[in-house]
Amino acid sequence: MKIHEYQAKQILKRFAIEVPKGDAAFSPKEAFAIASRLGGRSVLKAQIHAGGRGKGGGVKIAADAAEAERLAQQMIGMSLVTPQTGSQGRKVRRLLVEETVPIAREIYLGVTLDRARSVPVVMASAQGGMEIEEVARRDPQAIRIEPVDPLVGFRPFQARRIAFALGLAGEQAAGAARLMQSLVLAYRETDASLAEINPLVLTSSGTLVALDAKMTFDDSALYRHPEIRELRDPDEEDPLEVEASAHALNYIKLRGNVGCMVNGAGLAMATMDIIKLVGGQPANFLDVGGGATSEQIASAFKILMADRSVKGVLINIFGGILRGDILAHGLVEAIRQVEVRVPVVVRLEGTNVEEGRRILRESGLDFTLADGMLDAAKKVVALAGSR
Amino acid sequence: MSVLVDQNTRVVVQGITGREGTFHARGCREYGTKIVAGVTPGRGGSVHEEVPVFDTVKEAVERTGADVSLIFVPPAAAADAILEAADAGIRLAVCITEGIPAADMVTVNAALGEGRMRLIGPNCPGIISPGKSKIGIMPGYIHRPGPVGVISRSGTLTYEAVAQLTGRGIGQSTCIGIGGDPIIGTTFVDALRLFKDDPETRAIMLIGEIGGGAEEEAARYAARDLGKPMVAFVAGQTAPPGKRMGHAGAIIAGGHGTAAEKMAVLKECGVRVLHSPAEIGEAVEAALKEGPRAGGAGRRG
Repeated sequence: MKIHEYQAKQILKRFAIEVPKGDAAFSPKEAFAIASRLGGRSVLKAQIHAGGRGKGGGVKIAADAAEAERLAQQMIGMSLVTPQTGSQGRKVRRLLVEETVPIAREIYLGVTLDRARSVPVVMASAQGGMEIEEVARRDPQAIRIEPVDPLVGFRPFQARRIAFALGLAGEQAAGAARLMQSLVLAYRETDASLAEINPLVLTSSGTLVALDAKMTFDDSALYRHPEIRELRDPDEEDPLEVEASAHALNYIKLRGNVGCMVNGAGLAMATMDIIKLVGGQPANFLDVGGGATSEQIASAFKILMADRSVKGVLINIFGGILRGDILAHGLVEAIRQVEVRVPVVVRLEGTNVEEGRRILRESGLDFTLADGMLDAAKKVVALAGSR
Repeated sequence: MSVLVDQNTRVVVQGITGREGTFHARGCREYGTKIVAGVTPGRGGSVHEEVPVFDTVKEAVERTGADVSLIFVPPAAAADAILEAADAGIRLAVCITEGIPAADMVTVNAALGEGRMRLIGPNCPGIISPGKSKIGIMPGYIHRPGPVGVISRSGTLTYEAVAQLTGRGIGQSTCIGIGGDPIIGTTFVDALRLFKDDPETRAIMLIGEIGGGAEEEAARYAARDLGKPMVAFVAGQTAPPGKRMGHAGAIIAGGHGTAAEKMAVLKECGVRVLHSPAEIGEAVEAALKEGPRAGGAGRRG
């Protein structure tokens, strides 16, 4: 789960990491009030779940509170396009208004899960402000990495090693080491999957301030962090994806016109791949789960039909333990509840599959039956393309 | 032959009295697997569908000689269940549970360390040696004994692959679902090491997906050490970056973990890489005809 920058900063602050003074504004009036409290001069940062905001005009500096209000007027409601949002951009609904910070140096600091090593790692680079992936491409040597031992924790000597490698000395090195410990603690205590400060700023007065912050969280661990679950911002998600997650469906909207409904994530991805391979474009990823009950199929179908770009649907179910006849009954029942306005191709595999196909054929519903994934993909792409 | 499990394997099911545990323990027994015990804390001394239930794994092991555990415990308690199996002297734990926090699995892997228990999963369909033992939730009837080792991060896509193989009369030595989570026990490379040493396994079918770098590691191992032909399919060629595709581990992060990247490395390492999931049966058939190779999977040139 993603959260906004200002929410991430509030969490870091709880772990004794210094962040610029400021607050979130949902209206120009609030921006004015916050800027006034900060003494007028302030930075306004658009809060959307995508990076590269500065490049798209999502970060502005106001000389006084009146200008902050004026800028907020322009920014709130604007569609912000950044390298990460796609061309349609993302609507700005909240701003972070905070004090400006005199910058002497910028550092990158992050904690994330290293899948290959099966441990979290602390990453640091002297090239603050640049995306870590970019640094990794251009100059991998510039990234310092220390693993966090799950049993003994992140050791102070590891933190010092990073601090010295960054060229810090004296009180600043000690401060950076303490800050790294705090960041690791914040990561672990919140079940984060990423805790990133970029840039971490060494101010001209010698203090360390998290100028920008990003945190994402392990969805599987949210059950034990209700306070973090509350930070979810449905405005940042596709409305159909929000609807799908309410029905425990894994749905991701894509750009194509062939809707697909599949049981199992791997098979769902493979189905998208084969649609593309035969010349079509998948409209979505949709995993109805290994079980695929008729209620789930019905809600899944409603979501597919709500996407107006869908011109054909491919249902690919590998029954496995579920019997084909039971699946077919579920499918028929589900689809009777939904207004179907496009051709539907069904590929069904599993025990009693012949019986299942007979039920589909005799349902009176307009299914096209397919034999195998390739046949199914070809059929649905042809049908969707002719509309 | 087969790897890890066979007709002599004795299985304890942790969480046997739950809905999933009950259903799938029954399915395994019907396949012929020796389900010798169940564990549900507080239900010790009872008998569940003819299987004796114990309060602890230790007791189940001592009383029934179970050596493998099949775990259906809910996510919040699953990490503890895995560690309990290790403590009880279980040789192999197969964890089906989906949705275990990654941090819990980090701790589990660190605690298991180089100890004697191997973990398969979590978030996996399990392991099957066709005709001998099914320890998981996969449909047994689609399998048949034979020379192909199957390893996969997926569930139903593995069934698809197996059904294509069986449909061509090609059997499987053992199929291992390693799981769709970012942090898992047995990796692709671990599984390949087992298949390398199994004389009956003559070819490998690897089913990967986007996210992480496990396919690349498998590719490098295949080039260096495997000595058997390998075919690979990587799901998610059309997956967008930054989105989690169903599995917790299936995500392209920071431009890393794409299918294209994985397929390129696999190809470079001499692995037969498929673009279409419909070509699995055909490609494995061809690989079997080609036979063994000296050294690695055959980096050419």
